[in-house]
Amino acid sequence: MITKNKPTVVWFCAITCNGNTHSLLSANANRFELFLNSFDFIYHPSLTVDKSLDDILAYEEKIDFLLIEGAISSNKDFSTISNDSTFNLLNKLALKSNHIIAVGSCASYGGIHSKFRQNSDVCGLQDALDENILKTLQHEIVNLTGCPVHPEWILQTLFTLKAYGKIALDEVGRPKELYGSLAHHGCTKNEYFEWKIEGKFGQKEGCLFYDQGCRGPMTHSSCNKILWNDISSKTRVGMPCIGCTESEFPRNDMLETKKNIGIPHEVPLGISKRAYLSMSGVAKTFKIDRLHKKLME
Amino acid sequence: MKLFSQKGFYNTTIPDIAKAMSMSVGNMYNYFSSKEELAKFAIKYSTNILAQELREINNKDITSKEKIYLFVKNYLKNVQQSPEVIEYFLRVYLSNREVFKQGCEGFLCVGEFVTEVMILLDDGATKKEFREQEFFPAFAMIMGCLGGFAFLSGESVLDKDLLSYSDAVSENIYRALKYDN
Repeated sequence: MITKNKPTVVWFCAITCNGNTHSLLSANANRFELFLNSFDFIYHPSLTVDKSLDDILAYEEKIDFLLIEGAISSNKDFSTISNDSTFNLLNKLALKSNHIIAVGSCASYGGIHSKFRQNSDVCGLQDALDENILKTLQHEIVNLTGCPVHPEWILQTLFTLKAYGKIALDEVGRPKELYGSLAHHGCTKNEYFEWKIEGKFGQKEGCLFYDQGCRGPMTHSSCNKILWNDISSKTRVGMPCIGCTESEFPRNDMLETKKNIGIPHEVPLGISKRAYLSMSGVAKTFKIDRLHKKLME
Repeated sequence: MKLFSQKGFYNTTIPDIAKAMSMSVGNMYNYFSSKEELAKFAIKYSTNILAQELREINNKDITSKEKIYLFVKNYLKNVQQSPEVIEYFLRVYLSNREVFKQGCEGFLCVGEFVTEVMILLDDGATKKEFREQEFFPAFAMIMGCLGGFAFLSGESVLDKDLLSYSDAVSENIYRALKYDN
């Protein structure tokens, strides 16, 4: 049943839409095959496996990698799995795990579920786990934020931890390699951003920062470096980045840019508003005909 | 700037300027390769004085209303004490666009000042002291109002001391911007 020469992986679905499961199953086929050959993926509630959650809880061996999808709550009135709360199940599973990885924004911070006013008890892993259990882990909790997480981010994190036993994290627990730069990096619309040419939703021309609420220049993610389906990204096809890898996600009015008297309320990360406005004023002075035309007439 | 403002751009020559500066014509050309380059430098220089003053006001920990009052007072003082600076803007920069179209187009030579006006408006709107509106109508309202007063002063048609209008002008600008309750 369990071949101990490969690290075991358990995927626990807490309060979730299963978006990260969908994302995992959309991974590059070769990479997913390599993952299945390199790890023992012993439990996922949506996949055909020969064990139940109770089997996993009764299993004496430690779980090498516990992946959690979804937010956590101790309130049984709102959510139970096997007649227990996600809070209790998480802590039981965590007690027998070497590594814990939060897969998605809900597992990392509570996500959209934590905005649910009728249950103030919804949170992410860090706030739900017993402090004594955190001390027994071989590694700090890794937060793979995103809605959903890119499948390659999950695989790369698992492979890195398997090979090196550690992974460099930023101050909110995200792998630096994946979240060190901004979604803006690699966006094919950067030239439009440089010259301050506004774009419309769903079009390949124009930048979505000015009107459509694009958060690319202030969101840590590698969406435009590790492409989705190995092909593209939201921003490349005219959908603004909605900042789903940051802790304040989801925000209100995500598809519009908040402005004060026509001036963007927020400017690219780490740049003073005065510097940004000076640069944009100069850039706007020049009308670049090529950038005002359709890419293909 | 005085010569350009009084005689007009085309009627002013480099020898005129050199004479006023007590410099040789050859030495003038060491600093500026042409009259056009001198004119462009002059507009950057004059608006940067205003930009510097507005930046200091923007950095103060006071209300946006107080900032407007202070900015208008400073501006009118400039008009009174150094009329050539504002006259140059109105009578040379705005009136001879062909001279400035290469290298001073758009906001290129007045960018620092425009940025400070943006900071003033953005800060006021963020703090809900100013109402939400588009940038250019707000910008043009402020600059049109101040430019108009500089013109009236230059034409000597005002019946009172220029600075005595400061609070009334400030109030008008503030009312045009203020948040609607």
